[in-house]
Amino acid sequence: MTIEGLQETLVLRALPAPDNASRHYWQSAAEGKLVVQRCTTCGEYQFYPRALCVACAGETEWVEASGRGTLHTFTVIRQNRSAAFAALSPYAVGIVELEEGVRMMSNIVDCDVDALEVGMALEVLLLKAADDVGLPFWRPVAR
Amino acid sequence: MGSRDPVIVGIGWSDYPVTPQLDSMDHHALALRRALADCGLEKSDIDGYVCASGFSQNVDDAPNMAEYLRINHRWIDSTSVGGSSFEFHVQHAAAAIEESLCDVVLVTYGSDLLSRAGRMLGTSTFSTGGTRVPGPAQYENCWGNVLAGGYALAARRHMHEFGTTSAQLAEIAVGVREFAGLNPHAQYRDPITVDDVLGSRMIADPLHKLDCCVISDGGGAFIMTTKERARDLAKPPVYVLGAAGAQTHWTISQMPDFTTTAAAQCGPEAFGLAGVRPEEVDTIQVYDSFTITVLLLLEDMGFCKKGEGGAFVETGVLRRGGRQPLNTDGGGLSACHPGMRGIFLINEAVRQLRGEGGEAQVPDCEVAVACGSGGYLSCIATVVLGKEGRS
Repeated sequence: MTIEGLQETLVLRALPAPDNASRHYWQSAAEGKLVVQRCTTCGEYQFYPRALCVACAGETEWVEASGRGTLHTFTVIRQNRSAAFAALSPYAVGIVELEEGVRMMSNIVDCDVDALEVGMALEVLLLKAADDVGLPFWRPVAR
Repeated sequence: MGSRDPVIVGIGWSDYPVTPQLDSMDHHALALRRALADCGLEKSDIDGYVCASGFSQNVDDAPNMAEYLRINHRWIDSTSVGGSSFEFHVQHAAAAIEESLCDVVLVTYGSDLLSRAGRMLGTSTFSTGGTRVPGPAQYENCWGNVLAGGYALAARRHMHEFGTTSAQLAEIAVGVREFAGLNPHAQYRDPITVDDVLGSRMIADPLHKLDCCVISDGGGAFIMTTKERARDLAKPPVYVLGAAGAQTHWTISQMPDFTTTAAAQCGPEAFGLAGVRPEEVDTIQVYDSFTITVLLLLEDMGFCKKGEGGAFVETGVLRRGGRQPLNTDGGGLSACHPGMRGIFLINEAVRQLRGEGGEAQVPDCEVAVACGSGGYLSCIATVVLGKEGRS
């Protein structure tokens, strides 16, 4: 997926239905900011957003993430029989480990999917998909 | 041990793998009837019922099914954690029987997945474009991952950390296919080689088509009771020596360690309860949704060390004629996978322990293990079964 082609794929996607815990996360992404939760008691970061800290049941606050991470693992989807994604194949689905230590699923874009490697440095690319939802894509950091 | 030791006395299968004439209720009913015939119990003897809601258009949750089948139960369980539900059921039913909450437990499963939905399960997106997705899936469904892709994430990480190869994963598919050749009902029976697996279409790197299970129709049932009640039944009882379950996550992106499943917890726990060591197991029935599933569960249960699963499968231990044959009915990789396959693991382990395995019979089979994986390597349960009870 190239960046130019990405924007038009957004309408093909099933978008999140924000809830109390996730509303600020998706809204911030729509406004160009990647945020994650951190526990005000034990200091643990977590993803995805929840109504409590999963480590200690404490309360959480929002922290802006650096937007840098590494590729923890990935796959290249060669066959997706759904109409929406069939035309996009092959595309990369990865697990990104953020500098803050949490992991999220995303598409690794703006790259040759056959050149991806576990451990490679990535940076976030936030694209607005709806008024209340931005999607954090990731791409390899230019060397 | 005592007279209320939990045992499995009846097993039954509906018809598989391709049965367009049957709907999921037909599968439940056929399997129930055959499990009753297998042990000689009457339907009216059943006073405990377990059913996991599955991939069905029909409403097949436990209370609906109890009504449909008219089971007058005094104990019911609807644990539904994906394909491993039935291994959890054995654990729960064993406890209910030991505690005298009921005397005869029926577990049923039925699915018309192939005939109803086709082969889309593994390679489709979970939500259609334009929809809004609630719950934890909201962090995944927008990325176009497919079911096979979730397992591929684990396979890739295992390769990265331990040098596991696609050829090693392929060994698992090749060995299971050999057993499928002995099962007249198996969906695919022709022998395959490692090269066949590696040459099959890439679905989600690094998983090829032949690393993935089949999609079928099918159903099963088993009946559990006490050792005492089993005395005058048709077949010798199979003893539940140990059963344990655990969960690490549900959606794949929340998996804490992509190379380790909850079998690392419930495997040793089940073996501990049974007083059995992995090397004493005569046949291994492991959920083979994908080849990587088998590799991870074997390592985590302790059949080999973490990271050494690739070398372990290459030894041939799991093959026909090996020391611990794997998935002797042809598994989900080749025989049948109607969506939630865990019940077939239990039934095949019982078949082997009774010596009813026919051409696929494991010689001197006294201890078998069934290990199910539900969700995305998420909810794992391990059941150790024996021809003899605990001493």
